[in-house]
Amino acid sequence: MTVIENPSVSIKNLDLNFGAVKVLKDLNLDIASGEFIVLLGASGCGKSTLLNCIAGLLEVSGGQIHIGGTNVTWAEPSDRGIGMVFQSYALYPQMTVRGNLTFGLKNAKVPKAEIEKRVARAAEILQMEELLDRKPGALSGGQRQRVAIGRALVRDVDVFLFDEPLSNLDAKLRTDLRVELKQLHQQLKNTMIYVTHDQVEALTLADRIAIMKDGLIQQLASPKEIYNRPVNKYVADFIGSPAMNFFEGTVDSGVFTAGNLSIDLKGYEFTPTGKLGGLAWFGIRPENVIVGGDGPVQIDVIAEIVEPMGADTLVWTHVAGAPFRIRMDGTSTVKMGDTFGVSFDPAHASMFDKVSEERL
Amino acid sequence: MAVTDHGVDHARREYAKPPIKIFKNLSSKIAAIPMILTATVIFIGCSGWTIVHSFTNSKLLPKLDFVGFDQYERLWSSRRWLISVENLFIYGLCSLVFTLVIGFLLAALLDRKIRFENTFRTIFLYPFALSFVVTGLVWQWILNPEFGVQSIVRGLGWESFTFDPLYNSDIVIYGILIAGLWQGTGLIMCIMLAGLRGIDEDIWKATKVDGIGTVKTYLVVIIPMMKPVFVTALVLIASGIVKVYDLVVAQTSGGPGISSEVPAKYVYDTLFGRQNLGQGFAASTMMLVMVVIILIPYVYLQFGGKKDQ
Amino acid sequence: MTRVSHLTTADAQLQGPKGPKPKRAFSGANLFIYGTLIVMSLYYLLPLWVMIVTSLKDMAEVRMGNIFSPPAEITFQPWVKAWSEACTGINCDGLSRGFWNSVRILIPSVLLSITVASVSGYGLSMWKFKGSEVFFNILLLGAFIPYQIMLYPIVIILRELGLMGSLGGLVLVHMIFGMPINTLLFRNYFSSIPQELFKAARVDGAGFWAIFFKIMLPMSLPIFVVSMIIQVTGIWNDFLFGVVYTKPAIYPMTVQLNNIVNSVQGVKEYNVNMAATLLTGLVPLVIYFISGKLFVRGIAAGAVKG
Repeated sequence: MTVIENPSVSIKNLDLNFGAVKVLKDLNLDIASGEFIVLLGASGCGKSTLLNCIAGLLEVSGGQIHIGGTNVTWAEPSDRGIGMVFQSYALYPQMTVRGNLTFGLKNAKVPKAEIEKRVARAAEILQMEELLDRKPGALSGGQRQRVAIGRALVRDVDVFLFDEPLSNLDAKLRTDLRVELKQLHQQLKNTMIYVTHDQVEALTLADRIAIMKDGLIQQLASPKEIYNRPVNKYVADFIGSPAMNFFEGTVDSGVFTAGNLSIDLKGYEFTPTGKLGGLAWFGIRPENVIVGGDGPVQIDVIAEIVEPMGADTLVWTHVAGAPFRIRMDGTSTVKMGDTFGVSFDPAHASMFDKVSEERL
Repeated sequence: MAVTDHGVDHARREYAKPPIKIFKNLSSKIAAIPMILTATVIFIGCSGWTIVHSFTNSKLLPKLDFVGFDQYERLWSSRRWLISVENLFIYGLCSLVFTLVIGFLLAALLDRKIRFENTFRTIFLYPFALSFVVTGLVWQWILNPEFGVQSIVRGLGWESFTFDPLYNSDIVIYGILIAGLWQGTGLIMCIMLAGLRGIDEDIWKATKVDGIGTVKTYLVVIIPMMKPVFVTALVLIASGIVKVYDLVVAQTSGGPGISSEVPAKYVYDTLFGRQNLGQGFAASTMMLVMVVIILIPYVYLQFGGKKDQ
Repeated sequence: MTRVSHLTTADAQLQGPKGPKPKRAFSGANLFIYGTLIVMSLYYLLPLWVMIVTSLKDMAEVRMGNIFSPPAEITFQPWVKAWSEACTGINCDGLSRGFWNSVRILIPSVLLSITVASVSGYGLSMWKFKGSEVFFNILLLGAFIPYQIMLYPIVIILRELGLMGSLGGLVLVHMIFGMPINTLLFRNYFSSIPQELFKAARVDGAGFWAIFFKIMLPMSLPIFVVSMIIQVTGIWNDFLFGVVYTKPAIYPMTVQLNNIVNSVQGVKEYNVNMAATLLTGLVPLVIYFISGKLFVRGIAAGAVKG
């Protein structure tokens, strides 16, 4: 694991308990300055809890949080040098947009001229000059979210925290704002910590993704690494839609066998610690399965269900008793009941130990 | 290695908790002082004080001269107290049944998508805004045999008609009941109506498709669904009944004789009229016991049920 | 002619029931619904009607007439007498004294109880601390304790504080007994405000009081009105606390009304009594008719208590 010099945010041995329930367990995370980190996981995995701890909105049970080199474990949220954007926008309904942007600055007794300057800058960056005197009730969902981002922006801080900021928006707006967020990050170069359960957001926005489950970080790596070389079966299953195809079988002298299916693992890159024999899972992503083609592994399948999805067509079938999905071109003319040949390359596969579910 | 581990542990312990716990959230604790004082000093402290002193022979002034259950023995052999409890029991039972039935009936009728719903609701609910004193005095006047309902019916030609609940010790409590129902049914109607409105429209559609009649739907489907609302209504009515005081004072002053006395009035009269404190404390403790008996099953349902989830 | 044949062909195409189903103007069910509602309305309206007509008759007419019949000759004399001349004991300055006493009790009691309850409810919903829920549950259960058991110890406490028999003492008592329902009301309201708003304000550096005054207060006007309705009607209608904790000179209107009507001395003047009763009921009635839906909301909030 790479060691980060002078991390912008550093979490050390963090524990958080709600009564007897351990929500975060001895969690460590270093975030480089200017990095865009996405905390990704199913609901209840502790990702929002972690973000709230960083913000100082939850009191930790153990461990430390450092922001910008300062230990802020006991600091008030407003003293931590963070800005936060919430899922429900959390705009103060009775204040105008300007009031929302300046509330924190007034509390911090920032001089008037400075406040003016920062509001003007935020309004310019987010293109909402004409919204400043409106109340949140008169804004659209996208505009509200922009104001919420602006509220973090005017604080002039190094670290931005996002708690599922796009979840309340409709699909099209979500895509637009996603791109805007990426541009904003490139422009501002702040450290950003972003919580989401949407893997597309995670894959598109993140420099590094931290996949969380049960209060632990399962894998912390670049989107590419996470997608192509998941460290365990949970991560492999969680990332990718439709999910990865799995076969349950045995590995013996470089060959994986599941029922009547036998795969020569030549080309698969084993991890240095992975053992080379015993019960295992073999996983291959639906998009790595090619219709026809001359991959090392060739199988004939019958299309059981065909789901046209516009750009792609998804075909459901069974191979060696296990459900098997194939992602095809949108122009494919496969019909239910058709038999056709597919192929894939074990080099694209992921193998996991049957018991520990760690990558082999 | 051991040293490093120790160092980490030390750091973690040091940062695990802020230094002084009391000052955390201080404003919130200061703001809670009135609530804490009310809960502890008044609700627990004062009730406890009274319970303790109910075992003493305090007369004009409270003193800690314990006499065991003497006050309770005296209480339960007092004719006035027995009549009070009997009255409360009759009034309570009738009030409970009639309030629930009338309240639900009115709510169900208002829920039939009728015209002038707001007008009817306003009419049924306005007595609830009035005090028991006002309620008692109006009904005292209406039930006055010389001028009220009785004289009107007699004037219509039915010379032997008798309806003088406030002057007949056998039925005086029903005279109070009529007034109590007038004042209180609107509240229960309102709660029932809110409960009915909370029932999914689709339930009604489903029963319509299944061909179940309106009355049967209410009895078989709707009322069972409204169990929590009924429980709430029941608790509200019951805890109100035990407190009945002003209504009796205004309408009959406990008369004729002592035939419409109620426990709350007994307590007030013994404490402040006859200055027999120990006796008053025992009576008020018995009132608390009655409430506890009503509340226990409810608290059990409400809080015991939650723990199972 | 062609038109007729056209109609017949159309009819031939659509046989059987078509278009809106014919309705009977008075179905049995409707007759039952409206019949019951109207009969019940009479029961509820009758006392108000009797109060009004009796208070507008002179005594001669009251004695000979029917209590339901409208006054043959309208007179406002009973109202004047009830307001400024009716006697309680030795005082003969009418209900006006009680009215002003009640106003003097009402205003500080309502302000104090709402202030305390709103701050408590706010603290309970957003700034929980260890044990805060325990106290709150005691407070809620306390709402069911019969007042009678606490009457005398409170007398002692007020005497110790030097407030027994004074306005201040009664105000304090109203604050105490208004707390459970109003704290619950505010707590539930503030709990329904998204937590994220509170978090955002904390990130913005606002503390307990800043969040209360700048964020929460401006957005909770309706709940203040609901709470005010509950308190104004409750305190105005109170009889027990008024009679226990004050002295005759500052008795609230309800107590004075009862003393006027149920006094055994002199000739009963039913018309004056009814005018006095109406006068006492007027304040809550006006509030009821003005507030409409909010009054109902206050009741529903009270029901949640159960």
